[in-house]
Amino acid sequence: MNLSMKRGIQWLCAVALAVLPSAVAAQAVKAKYPDHHWYSWWMNILPDNASTYASKIDDMFDLILWITLIVFVLVEAALVYFLWKYRSKPGRKAIYYHGNNRLEIMWTAIPAMILVFLAIFSNSLWSEIRSPNRFPKDAPVIRISPRQFQWDITYPGPDGKFDTPDDINTINQLYLALNEPVQIKLLAQDVIHSFFVPEFRIKQDAVPGMQTAVWINPTKAGEYEIACAELCGLGHYRMKGYVHVIARDSLDRWKTAQAPAPVAEAAPTATTDSSKTSK
Amino acid sequence: MSTIVLPKEIKGASHDAHGHHELSFWRKYLFSLDHKVIAIQFLFLSSFFLLVGGLLALVVRLQLGWPDHTGWFYKSMASVFSMIFSQKMITGGIILPEFYNSAFTMHATFMIFFAVMPFLMGTFANFLIPLQIGAGDMAFPRLNMASFWLAFIAGLVMLSGFFVPGGAAGGGWTSYPTLSAIPELSGVTWGQNLWLFSLLLSGISSLLGAINYITTVVNMRAPGMSWMRLPLPIWSIFITAVLLLLAVPVLGAALILLMFDRTLGTSFFIPHGLLVAGSPLTGHTGGGQVLLWQHLFWFFGHPEVYIMILPAMGLTSEILSVFSRKPIFGYKAMVLSMSGIAFLGFMVWGHHMFQSGMNPLLGTTFMISTMLIAVPSAIKTFNWLGTLWGGNLKFTTAFFFAVGFVAMFAIGGLSGIFMASTPVDIFIHDTYFIVGHIHYVLFGGSLFAIFGAIYYWFPKMFGRMMSERWGKVHFWLAFLSFNGVFFPMHILGINGMMRRIYDYTGYAHLSHLQPMNAFMSVCAFILGLSVLIFLFNMIWSIFKGPIAPVNPWHATTLEWTIANPIPHGNFAEMPRVFRGPYEYSAPNTPGDADFYPQNVPPPGFGSAERTAH
Amino acid sequence: MNTSITRKLSYLLSLFLIVALVSCGKKKEDDDDAGDAKDGAATTVATVDMANGATISGMIKIDGAVPAGKPIAMDADPVCKAAHSAPVMADHWMVGSAGEVANTFVYIKDGLGGATYAAPASTFTINQQGCQYDPHIFGVMVGQKIEIKNSDQTMHNIHAHGEKNEQFNEGQPAGTPVKEKVLDKEEVMIPIKCDVHGWMNCYAGVLKHPFFAVSGKDGKFEIKGVPPGTYTVTAWHETLDGKGMSVDQKITVAAKDSKTVDFSLKGQ
Repeated sequence: MNLSMKRGIQWLCAVALAVLPSAVAAQAVKAKYPDHHWYSWWMNILPDNASTYASKIDDMFDLILWITLIVFVLVEAALVYFLWKYRSKPGRKAIYYHGNNRLEIMWTAIPAMILVFLAIFSNSLWSEIRSPNRFPKDAPVIRISPRQFQWDITYPGPDGKFDTPDDINTINQLYLALNEPVQIKLLAQDVIHSFFVPEFRIKQDAVPGMQTAVWINPTKAGEYEIACAELCGLGHYRMKGYVHVIARDSLDRWKTAQAPAPVAEAAPTATTDSSKTSK
Repeated sequence: MSTIVLPKEIKGASHDAHGHHELSFWRKYLFSLDHKVIAIQFLFLSSFFLLVGGLLALVVRLQLGWPDHTGWFYKSMASVFSMIFSQKMITGGIILPEFYNSAFTMHATFMIFFAVMPFLMGTFANFLIPLQIGAGDMAFPRLNMASFWLAFIAGLVMLSGFFVPGGAAGGGWTSYPTLSAIPELSGVTWGQNLWLFSLLLSGISSLLGAINYITTVVNMRAPGMSWMRLPLPIWSIFITAVLLLLAVPVLGAALILLMFDRTLGTSFFIPHGLLVAGSPLTGHTGGGQVLLWQHLFWFFGHPEVYIMILPAMGLTSEILSVFSRKPIFGYKAMVLSMSGIAFLGFMVWGHHMFQSGMNPLLGTTFMISTMLIAVPSAIKTFNWLGTLWGGNLKFTTAFFFAVGFVAMFAIGGLSGIFMASTPVDIFIHDTYFIVGHIHYVLFGGSLFAIFGAIYYWFPKMFGRMMSERWGKVHFWLAFLSFNGVFFPMHILGINGMMRRIYDYTGYAHLSHLQPMNAFMSVCAFILGLSVLIFLFNMIWSIFKGPIAPVNPWHATTLEWTIANPIPHGNFAEMPRVFRGPYEYSAPNTPGDADFYPQNVPPPGFGSAERTAH
Repeated sequence: MNTSITRKLSYLLSLFLIVALVSCGKKKEDDDDAGDAKDGAATTVATVDMANGATISGMIKIDGAVPAGKPIAMDADPVCKAAHSAPVMADHWMVGSAGEVANTFVYIKDGLGGATYAAPASTFTINQQGCQYDPHIFGVMVGQKIEIKNSDQTMHNIHAHGEKNEQFNEGQPAGTPVKEKVLDKEEVMIPIKCDVHGWMNCYAGVLKHPFFAVSGKDGKFEIKGVPPGTYTVTAWHETLDGKGMSVDQKITVAAKDSKTVDFSLKGQ
């Protein structure tokens, strides 16, 4: 077997190794999701956005994506080009060159400027979402006290106060009014959980012993899911809640229907059961 | 100082004068004081735990690829794993959720503390420091031995977690309290204590190593080996040792506090008023702070990331320069940027905590420092490209892996910018995006560099060559399957797939991702196969590889001037260094060679000295 | 010098070995204990004499107002919700129209002189169905094999937090084979919970003898084969305010006796 044939076979093997699993996977996907196009993973892969700041986060994401994509393509292209261009050949001698200070300064300064720009740009959005001074004033408050492995959700009821008999308690069911900002106070009961609603682009750890807060202004009616994003034990993956974004009048109707019903299970104080005192 | 300098004279030049006394098997191979033997011990230790960590990674991937536990691939692999793991871990072909948690926790722990760290700061630090600076051994050979055996014991303690009731630690490698502090909440009892104890031992081992490396580099450099003539691996290891010395004690403190919380009933990390399964927690007064652990852990944890990447950068720089037959581009910029990374590395820990409930103002500060730390990494990447530019590239396996490092590290560095931006991090924090990012840095980065460095220094370690053919098979399999596993992770993350999740198919926005996960899992098994090929190649070559020439790569650094096998005490005669480590293709090189070794005197040097005397 | 280092190292190694073996050692001890207990049982093992034993039966009634039933928020998990067509009431109090109370655990607390009976060979099955435990209150004997089954298409975790028996917390995703457990110490009652579905709980009474029963929907219970003697019979009920409640009564039975003990539990 001569050298070029060997090379050819090696390349064929390499290509086959790359292509075969992809082809198998593509077949499997086609069988399972006939309406799914392969490119739908690469385009519009962010979940639907459904809150006021969701699209701003997406824009920020896209900006960084474009910047990094350009740098990525340039770097990898230069790498591949150099590998091809400067491959060892009989008679070639490498140039003797120790570096260039002007270049060093350039490729220090330019990335630094881009990154500082990104930081400043990011920060205005960050403070819009997170700064305590910029939380929507007078927005109603909902209390979520997650525990292994459920979201205990409390509405203050008609009197507007928590821990009174008219509180509305649910497990895993969060009802929000469309286009109305709402504050959510988070306080974990046992371990750290993280309140994550992908469509709202919101994620905030709920910490035991320390209250945290987020605000949301939902912009699209519909059903979404609450996921726990911080490992909280063996049922972590099952810790799923539901968000229902509905019109104001439907929300009021739902609240009236709930108001008298004492769903005792949901309130943290009532969750203590007869575990310790059996004698 | 003089007392520290003394051993160098004894061990270096005059060792042979004593004549060799035969060492017993125990003293020669097990409780050896010779840095080269200790380096090889670390090599085997890390390789073993690389396998263990890899196996656990495959358990995780198997579950994620087929969370419904169906399909021939799942079933056949699950039945294979059932033979390895107990009924409490995999039962009836189903990987149990608590074992899944243990598997990813222990995967990360083994890979970070018992594979990548000992590969870099055990194997290569030990092997290269004395050889590249021209010393006879380490400054403190006994500390060196203690460092290895502590790491060994720590590894066994960590491994024993799988055999105690309650299973191995399952709170993630970050072990956030209160999940890790209260056994009732996780179901893990002994496993978490062993985890803490083992990391404490491994931390002490790292500290012993760090003190040794710093002292050796400062005090035992051969005449003429000025700081700016140090090979870059030595610079990187030196800077990393300083990082270790400053960061590991903080981890140690945190580990001890958490151990107290678990065993003595203290409440450093346990706040007041916790409910356990609905009833008030008993046995703790409360009043602790959950976030305190995160601050302590990440104050160590972020420098830790650089502890694992800086030496890899140093090794890669060396390999790239050798096989480009060119001086490294911007030697000073390389040293400065590594120092910059080390310095900034202590100011960015908060970027792991943007969503933790920490004050959002702190988020802003940490975002700026995090953005800035990307700059030195960019400088290094450009300098590597500059090194390749105009070179005479020799495509050896080591070079492939070094180039692979640059290509993959670039992706890992760029994806980090997404997380540095606080608003974007709100969405991608704790998703697979970060899992993809860390694997591009630690696998595509550190491990590729380690593979490359093993191919490169193997001839000096064992006096034989590794198979280049199988090396290239290893590279291409690893490179392709690596990207097959980890690139899609970014896409999963953008889809919002949470990390550390046992079954994502219950979520409406994630259920369509199963085929992509299955593809990734198949790639992960191919990646595992490639590592097996590598290990077989390594072990086979130790015994059967072709005998290596003294300087197979035509490199300039001091280790390549010693004949194989390197004797105890390394250099028969104290080497003298005349120039920097990267004099490739220099026009003033005598003869036809395209490299000018560090220890070769310039023409006329000897005669000038002789006339002077 | 060198030998001292080796010696020190071997000390270190043996220290580690001790640490590493502590857990194994512990386990072994436990096993030994269990073995001893069994050996002891073999010498003084008592058998139930059905023909000559007495029968204690009775009725559990509620004294006072019947607490209002509370619906379980099954919508927390769609799988649970789909399993039921009507709203499910919490099963803490199951009280009939005449005030008869189900799910009360009645057992002989005292008077057997610590006699140990052989555990039945049969396996006791706990089924998780419709996101509830079936049965909700039950008794088993020390050393009896318990089988935990998940019939739901969702994951449950079985979190037992007894005070004498070893606690465990294990997940059981849909389709997992049954889990087998043995409770090896006497304890009344061990709470068992599912943390994924916060309302799911059940209680296990673990006894060294077979003289226990759980009241049915008609409030009635019956304990058979009791050897002659004077006993403290206890009725245990979990109550709504989160406190377990038990009532004791003294009773003396002769061979082949048939005696009635009624209990009345305080309502709200």
